Amino acid sequence: MQKVYTKIESIVGNVVTVKAEGVRNGDLAMVGDSYANVIKLDKDMVSLQVFAGAQGVSTTDPVRFLGRPMMVSFSEHLLGRIFDGAGVPRDNGPALTENMIPIGGPSFNPSKRILPKHMIRTGIPMIDMFNTLVESQKLPIFSISGEPYNQLLSRIALQAEVDVIVLGGMGLKYDDYLAFRDTLERGGAMSHTVMFIHTASDPTVECTLVPDMSLAVAEQFALEGKKVLVLLTDMTNFADAQKEMAITMEQVPSNRGYPGDLYSCLASRYEKAVDIEGAGSITILGVTTMPGDDVTHPVPDNTGYITEGQYYLKSGRIEPFGSLSRLKQNVNGETRDDHRALMDGMIRLYSQYKESLEKKSMGFLMTEWDEKLLKYGQLFENKLMDLSVNISLEDSLDLGWEILAECFEPNETGLKSSLIKDRWPNKSAIN
Amino acid sequence: MKTVTGYVTGINGNLVKVSFEGSVRKNEVGYIIVDGKRLKGEVIRINNGEASMQIYEMSNGIKVGDPAEFTGELMSVELGPGLLTQVFDGLQNPLPELAEQCGFFLERGVYLDPIPNRDWEFTPSAKVGDHVQPGDAVGSVPEGLFEHKIMVPFNLKGNDWTVKSINEKGSYNVRSTVCVLVNGKGEEKELSMVFTQPIKEAVKCYKERLQPDEALVTKIRCIDAFLPVAKGGTFCVPGPFGAGKTVLQHMQAKNSAADIVIVAACGERAGEVVEVLKEFPELVDPRTGRSLMERTIIICNTSSMPVAAREASCYTAVTMAEYYRQMGLDVLLLADSTSRWAQAMREMSGRLEEIPGEEAFPAYLESTIAAFYERAGKVRLNDGKLASITIGGTVSPAGGNFEEPVTQATLKVVGAFHGLSRERSDARKYPAIHPVDSWSKYSGVVDMARVEEARAVLVRSTEINQMMKVVGEEGTSAEDYITYQKGELLDSVYLQQNSFDPIDAACEPERQRREFDKLYDAMMTTYDLSDKREIRSFFNQLRQDFLDWHGTEFETPEFDEQEKKITDFFMAKAIS
Repeated sequence: MQKVYTKIESIVGNVVTVKAEGVRNGDLAMVGDSYANVIKLDKDMVSLQVFAGAQGVSTTDPVRFLGRPMMVSFSEHLLGRIFDGAGVPRDNGPALTENMIPIGGPSFNPSKRILPKHMIRTGIPMIDMFNTLVESQKLPIFSISGEPYNQLLSRIALQAEVDVIVLGGMGLKYDDYLAFRDTLERGGAMSHTVMFIHTASDPTVECTLVPDMSLAVAEQFALEGKKVLVLLTDMTNFADAQKEMAITMEQVPSNRGYPGDLYSCLASRYEKAVDIEGAGSITILGVTTMPGDDVTHPVPDNTGYITEGQYYLKSGRIEPFGSLSRLKQNVNGETRDDHRALMDGMIRLYSQYKESLEKKSMGFLMTEWDEKLLKYGQLFENKLMDLSVNISLEDSLDLGWEILAECFEPNETGLKSSLIKDRWPNKSAIN
Repeated sequence: MKTVTGYVTGINGNLVKVSFEGSVRKNEVGYIIVDGKRLKGEVIRINNGEASMQIYEMSNGIKVGDPAEFTGELMSVELGPGLLTQVFDGLQNPLPELAEQCGFFLERGVYLDPIPNRDWEFTPSAKVGDHVQPGDAVGSVPEGLFEHKIMVPFNLKGNDWTVKSINEKGSYNVRSTVCVLVNGKGEEKELSMVFTQPIKEAVKCYKERLQPDEALVTKIRCIDAFLPVAKGGTFCVPGPFGAGKTVLQHMQAKNSAADIVIVAACGERAGEVVEVLKEFPELVDPRTGRSLMERTIIICNTSSMPVAAREASCYTAVTMAEYYRQMGLDVLLLADSTSRWAQAMREMSGRLEEIPGEEAFPAYLESTIAAFYERAGKVRLNDGKLASITIGGTVSPAGGNFEEPVTQATLKVVGAFHGLSRERSDARKYPAIHPVDSWSKYSGVVDMARVEEARAVLVRSTEINQMMKVVGEEGTSAEDYITYQKGELLDSVYLQQNSFDPIDAACEPERQRREFDKLYDAMMTTYDLSDKREIRSFFNQLRQDFLDWHGTEFETPEFDEQEKKITDFFMAKAIS
């Protein structure tokens, strides 16, 4: 029998305290009409964090303990659906209550992990060719606010070769949420997508639940053998929500007001990325906006220590310098024989282009070689770096050769002669 | 002895308050019983008759009134034959066995036996009537490459123990009694091959501590020659993310001339541990010809595993290191990363509502870090043998800024500082140890006086480089330009090392001396060069020749030939 408590002792921030017995740590409760979970027990005083916020909660509101932790329903019916941070449908569809699974489950046993070895094709040359995304990788997209990171995520959602996409939105602007929904519906990806969306006007506590909900669902799909891609945007909002809650709970802040366990908080989510032997995998792409373009800000800094590389989004492009996929060498040796060499060679030339560009802007005389580099840089940026380009890895490698052939003599590229002989588009140029 | 029991009165995160009857020690281990599962925890504070326990597991589902049990024992590890090659979590739970039992995910409240239950071939070395002290061997078993000593437990009290009986040579189960001791009062103590040892107490069963004076060869040129590490010394590797801390540690784990290597992956990525797990069994230790895994223990408490156990993991690792040191071996302990360990302390301190120090780290941060590194050392054991523990810890400073509490507290107590720099790693100069900012108090494998001279050139070269950024190449004198090129040469052909090249990845000390001497000669020679372009092309060629030299096998005719080629090349331009 569920006992109803009607005397709330204190309400501070989003935390209410009630006298109750036999309550478990982490259990779910209803305070009025809102969900809440138990965050602290002291004798018979139970502290509850109200998901919808404690505004308007009265001391006589009924508190009912549900006797179970926070859970999310898992089944095939999730696909194509949109929920909020507490798991309540946002899309006028029916609420799902079958096969409830707990969120924030235990960690994967490290000794059962396997070396990641499959690439995920996204059709974006700057990812596939230069910083390959690998199954089970966790990668953040470091970006300043204003950059088209959500457009990038929707493109990846549309183009990535995966079975299931779980999109977790935290603190999204309402129009960004609508844009995600519409893009995925129009692109036909909605049928294999689940969305957990917290918008900027929703209660803060729900924001902190989004990654756990998304990853719990992703984990179940992965155990069923599905290749899952989890897109999280924006993890800085998640960290800020954690900060807000920690401060209301009167925790001692450590760095710029963030709680001391920020690293563990982020790590326990990102570390859910895994390739399960004999089953599926979870790959995580998260957006981390850098306040003031400062990579040493606690959120991008802690994220960098956890993730396996990062993509820098700058001026609407994935920046080739600074962006790094730590796992790319696990896969790019087996794609095509010219992949690694061409990748290195093109980046080397691109960095020389940057130097020439600098020289040009300072008014130095341009040599013939500088002119070649300038032409090359322009072509590279327009044909490969532009985010709207959608071509397969093989086509982008071929395109890379074409760009080189258009700008340089074979021996100027610094590539191995044997490769040039095989791949140079205009054979007559090779002597 | 009656077990002390109690019940839960409050929970905050992983801190559980327990009301109890009877006597409870600070730092003793207790269990909270939830749904038949026993969750391990440690008493960290006793206040108003209530014990505060930090739980090493997730604390969901605990409720007020749940029963608790206290063991009366401090947090301990089990020591005995069979530890090598294993993979443990921070509480010495063997992870592969756990996976067999629980599947893909870590299940809480499951604690397995860390010492494999098997028979070992025991050879007694003590005789009936022998006086023994803690840490003395009574016999041995063969564990892989090593003669694993079966010792008197380190924390056995009293010094009047004699051997009453000891088993004959033969095969015995690891937990069966092999020896019985008796003391002056007639009390008896049965010894098996396994005993437990509290992890937070340093083992002091040795005659004296010695100055760490012998270099621990890592086969990394930049470390062995310029920033050496000594057997029994300590070093730290701070660096921003992506600077290559973990890759550097893995290189050290692979190539160091230590008998035993213990890798403590503390709060870092699980994927990196997997690399060690999959790679090490395949690699051959050139010193023994056996798999590298046979000298390795991995303690793995990755970032998503419970935080309290992360704090314990470094102590678990160092206690195992002390156990093997006690057998007369040189042990290298690599902790990655001590910042995560310090953060675990910070989280706990916050829950205890202690007054925070800088960046909310607890006030005892420095003394705790110091106490940990002080467990390293070179010692003379009671039987006269020398043995050592070398501790190397990585530090992950927030924002790559070394002015933060963990880096600063660590720098105070270590003997060598290998600071990694973002500029060097961005320029793909590996290992990205900053050669000018880093330091070491130990002496290395090459002549230290010459190293100092070479370093002086490097420092001067860096200054000239700074100056050239302002005045340009044109405004630099030929003499300065040559010094600048000499410094660059040292950096690119000696300090940088290609860890993916089969030959260059590991550089033997003998080879290091040969190469350094040649480079020293090249650097100290005065050249008859005045034109900048000529200087540049001269040094480019010299660099290329040195790099080709790195690619030749040591002690082959090609090696000597290339050396001669280099000498001839630079001597041709020398002013005699």
